[in-house]
Amino acid sequence: MTDDLRVAVGRDADIVTARQLGRELAGKAGFAGSDLTLIATAISEVARNIISYANNGEILLGLTSKDGRQGLLVVAQDHGPGIADIEQALLDGFSTGKSLGLGLPGARRLMDEFEIVSELGRGTTVTMRKWCR
Amino acid sequence: MPVPILKQGQVLIASIQAALTDQDLLQLQDELAEKVGRFRSRGVIIDVTALDVMDSFATRTLRGIAATTRLRGAKTVVVGVQPDVAIAIVQLGLTLHGVATALDLEEGFELLKQSATWNRSL
Repeated sequence: MTDDLRVAVGRDADIVTARQLGRELAGKAGFAGSDLTLIATAISEVARNIISYANNGEILLGLTSKDGRQGLLVVAQDHGPGIADIEQALLDGFSTGKSLGLGLPGARRLMDEFEIVSELGRGTTVTMRKWCR
Repeated sequence: MPVPILKQGQVLIASIQAALTDQDLLQLQDELAEKVGRFRSRGVIIDVTALDVMDSFATRTLRGIAATTRLRGAKTVVVGVQPDVAIAIVQLGLTLHGVATALDLEEGFELLKQSATWNRSL
């Protein structure tokens, strides 16, 4: 996929860069209207999680397709402390940091597909997809 | 990019021009808390028309700004939340609970006038 983008995330300005590039690529994939904002917001949440919990990591953005539908793939990965209890991390209002605890569950609601793989001491990978309507 | 804060009568207007980093948002909170005192402002309008994303941090900080300025004696109105942004905030599960909102700058001024006993001096 030649449209793949890799955004290093290590400071808060990178959150803005990641979500802007994601919005741009989503536009190329054929998304329009509020979907572009939903995607950009979801990217913002997972990018902030990287900074809040792992200090740094990266976000990969790419086009994808399934059953003839175009979509956007977002992978957020870090080598931070990992998530001890993923089910808990996906509950509204749960946070081990000082946030509202709406980042991960919120991002999941904004996208069509959402998975987390995490290993304590190794890091976390969040994979999200959204499909064009 | 820091947010310019204009003073019009007893109202401060924070006019956001471009995407804000978390640091920019926190700086805005500090500046407004300070300027409300320095200019003895009774109202604050935050114009977010230019924001294409308001995520959980931005929403939380705006609520923080509204609560902070209220403690300093000024009412905050957030104006210009874009339609797509409003949809995303709701889907995220967030609210601007406790923060007055209005469609645009003009409506924001109206709201402050209506809610103030000091409106003759606006």
